[in-house]
Amino acid sequence: MSQTIATPPTVRLDSDVIGKPISRPEGPAKVSGAAKYAAEYNVPNLWYGYIVDSPIVKGKITKIDASAVLALPGVQQVFSHENVPSFAWFDRSYKDDVAPGGSPFRPLHEPEILFSQQPVALVVAETFELARYAASILRIEYAVDEDFNTDLDKARAAGKGFDAPKGKTGFLPPPKPKGDAEKAFQAAAHKIEGEYVHHAQHHNPMEMFATTVEWLGDGKKLKIYDKTQGAPNVQQYISKIFGLGKDEARVISKYTGGGFGSGLRPQHQVFLAVMASLELEHSVRVSLTRQQMFSLGHRPHTIQDVKLSSDDQGCLQSIEHNAFAETSQYENETETVVNWSGILYKSDNSKFAYELAKIDVDTPADMRAPGAATGSFAIESAIDELSYKAGVDPLEFRLLNYTYTDPTEDKPFSSKRLIDCYHEGAKRFGWDQRNPEPRSTREGNLLVGWGMGSGCWDASMQKAAAKASLSADGQLTVSSATNDQGAGTYVIMTQVAAQTLGLPIEQVKFNLGDTDFPVAPIQGGSWTAASVGSAVQAVCQEIGKKLLKLAQRMENSPLEGIDFEDVQFADGHIRANEDITRTVAIAEVLAASGEAKVEAESSAQPNPINTMKYSMHSHNAAFVEVKVDEDLGTIHVTRVVNAVAAGRILNPKTARSQVLGGTVWGISMALMEEAYLDNNLGRYMNHNYSEYHIPVNADIHKIDVIFVEEEDDLVNPLGVKGVGEIGMLGVAAAIANAVYHATGKRVRDLPLTIDKLL
Amino acid sequence: MSTSYAQGPLAPPAGALAPTQPVTLRINGEDHTLQIAPWTTLLDALREYLDLTGTKKGCDHGQCGSCTVLADGKRINACLALATVYQGRQITTIEGLGGEDNLSPLQQAFIDHDAFQCGYCTPGQICSAQGLLNEGRAKTADEVRELMSGNLCRCGAYTNILSAVMEVLHDGQVVVDNGTLVTIPMQPISANSAA
Repeated sequence: MSQTIATPPTVRLDSDVIGKPISRPEGPAKVSGAAKYAAEYNVPNLWYGYIVDSPIVKGKITKIDASAVLALPGVQQVFSHENVPSFAWFDRSYKDDVAPGGSPFRPLHEPEILFSQQPVALVVAETFELARYAASILRIEYAVDEDFNTDLDKARAAGKGFDAPKGKTGFLPPPKPKGDAEKAFQAAAHKIEGEYVHHAQHHNPMEMFATTVEWLGDGKKLKIYDKTQGAPNVQQYISKIFGLGKDEARVISKYTGGGFGSGLRPQHQVFLAVMASLELEHSVRVSLTRQQMFSLGHRPHTIQDVKLSSDDQGCLQSIEHNAFAETSQYENETETVVNWSGILYKSDNSKFAYELAKIDVDTPADMRAPGAATGSFAIESAIDELSYKAGVDPLEFRLLNYTYTDPTEDKPFSSKRLIDCYHEGAKRFGWDQRNPEPRSTREGNLLVGWGMGSGCWDASMQKAAAKASLSADGQLTVSSATNDQGAGTYVIMTQVAAQTLGLPIEQVKFNLGDTDFPVAPIQGGSWTAASVGSAVQAVCQEIGKKLLKLAQRMENSPLEGIDFEDVQFADGHIRANEDITRTVAIAEVLAASGEAKVEAESSAQPNPINTMKYSMHSHNAAFVEVKVDEDLGTIHVTRVVNAVAAGRILNPKTARSQVLGGTVWGISMALMEEAYLDNNLGRYMNHNYSEYHIPVNADIHKIDVIFVEEEDDLVNPLGVKGVGEIGMLGVAAAIANAVYHATGKRVRDLPLTIDKLL
Repeated sequence: MSTSYAQGPLAPPAGALAPTQPVTLRINGEDHTLQIAPWTTLLDALREYLDLTGTKKGCDHGQCGSCTVLADGKRINACLALATVYQGRQITTIEGLGGEDNLSPLQQAFIDHDAFQCGYCTPGQICSAQGLLNEGRAKTADEVRELMSGNLCRCGAYTNILSAVMEVLHDGQVVVDNGTLVTIPMQPISANSAA
């Protein structure tokens, strides 16, 4: 069937779904409460597990008295190291896809206590209320080892630092030194030296970690509804430990109430819920409390020393950036912290170091823009300080030291429009109106300051797979075991599929979060759009190839003899590029074929040549206005312009939300977040939402997001770089810089609270 | 090893558990009778006994607002309310404000403005916003920001939440975009959603 169209016959009829601000398809489920999160699958005959955690930081359990608990009618079992059977023997069975080096924590494995709030027992009862009460009366006796240390400064002073070892996926050791940074520093016209610090920060997604295990009563078969950023990672962890086959442990995670890195690794509630379910041969749910959410990893407390120098014009002469971070006694959590300084700025002389020290805490974890948020705060504060020393405007200073190649690897960037971020951001913000003098602007009692910062993040891609099925009624279903922790995966994958096959978006459904679907990586590193997006595009192209073949089998097919590369899919039709009047409707192809559906499965992976030849990064520049009460020292971030270059933007609505969120995280890191460790007790003292501060609505004012145009056909087939982390970068430094501009006081220790300002 | 530490109840445990009892709750216009322990919170009654899981648990301590529901039209934290105390009250949960196929204006505005990401705090935000509309106190953007500050959003969707609430509060005549008040005369803003 052909159809005549009143357009020039060779026009490309893209359906243009990509790039449109389309609302999330799961929106109605989320706003009506229909979306089910891990603890909300109310399967029949459910028992509840409640975790008891350790009040001590180091030592050994000497006695557990569960008699009073077990005597309560309705209590099913109390699990502890005393009665949990041995599962897998070797560390490798407990290592998940993104585990750092070391020996992973095994819940309820032995009496030794390695960190405060370590889970030590699980009480299982018939109701939640009963499990909670029963857990509160469990008696546990400990021998306390008082020879512990949770103080990073103390570990550093004692010379406990060691070079961060390789071993974790994605970790880059510090770049090699160039020239002679110390000599250049000594000889330079302008120089600054500073120590930049932030303390432990906890992810605290709104949804608390939870797992509902549905016991299917058939051998050892389990359906595991888990809060995670990667169902396949949980499945392989559980399977290895408990010796379950892929079909015996199905992990499902349709909705994830935030993660920000805390759900990258399987957390202990999934181990406990699966263990209890297998032991009791029953469905079990284990939910953490908000207090227990402080035992699941955190952004590591890090001390950074930065030394920068420039000539009298403001050209950088040397960069030295050293980081010293905490890790646990049992694993070496590593982040890429100092490298960003070397990627952002050119200098003939540079020197970097990154050390860890072991203290008695739970293993830190990747947290939104891990390492980069840390490094960016230090380098972008230091650059600001040096710009004042050199008497150059902070924006001008960055432009002077701009680099068009990646100095750490001596590679060209696949694309880098940071310069446009600077210019467009500065213009929108009105940066040219800035009086450079600190304390130069006031509104009544408020000191007004403007500051800026910038950042970069890896544009990476991982191998991912997807399957697709196009039914005779024209409905396309695409599935992949990826995740949507709020990033917008549902909507962007729907768009990529609709665009690739030229179907109306209402006819496309994207499924995720189920290990019955083809494998996808954890949702982290801002790589989902690139990785899963490329897989979705690839599988839809496979469907397209099959459709073309079926179309060519039709009688008098107008597409006869045409290659797949020479057709386009748009408006529900296949058309020849050379002559778009040669066309067949997809619905007619399916009807004529007699097939009930067309199916395909495919995967995508990074192009190794491009990854070797190019440095691939997203960039941003953040401009911030603060108003500081001169008497009270209270700081309000009244205006932010965040300009981002992240390749192609699949959906400006949800991408903007990601950058808004990143900006709020930057404000939060700068002004609020700190888990206070009492080093006498080795315990976080503010382990709740009331005392661990994050912004509320009243704290957040105007935030402008700009996406600068950036084309990049080298990063991946879709030309996307990801937007999950980049929006957070530069923001914390921009705020500290703006506070300096407002008050003349430089604070290098986050969070920037009033006690440090007054 | 130098000291020992005992973890356990501060006082001797009760001799017997308080028995469960029938509790009748009027939720979204319907009566439900549950056989529950007296210490069961309204939040757990909804989530664990009635499968009304739209009401979320984010802290269980009244610190985050995820469990916000309406009791006789006023917003409360369901985690701080014992179910038995709320017998005879009209409880409205997110499910009662509108379902997937018949969304309330607030629910639709949250979708249009992308006022959520992970969606976990969202039912609480919407119930809280509905309570705010019922109160009739807030008019300006600053007032809405302040009076919506009992509901945490870790994804940081605050500016979009503000836009969504302002649109409904002023019947589409006033929109807050990026924190700046924009007055739209005569016509409501069109939803730009295609999905």
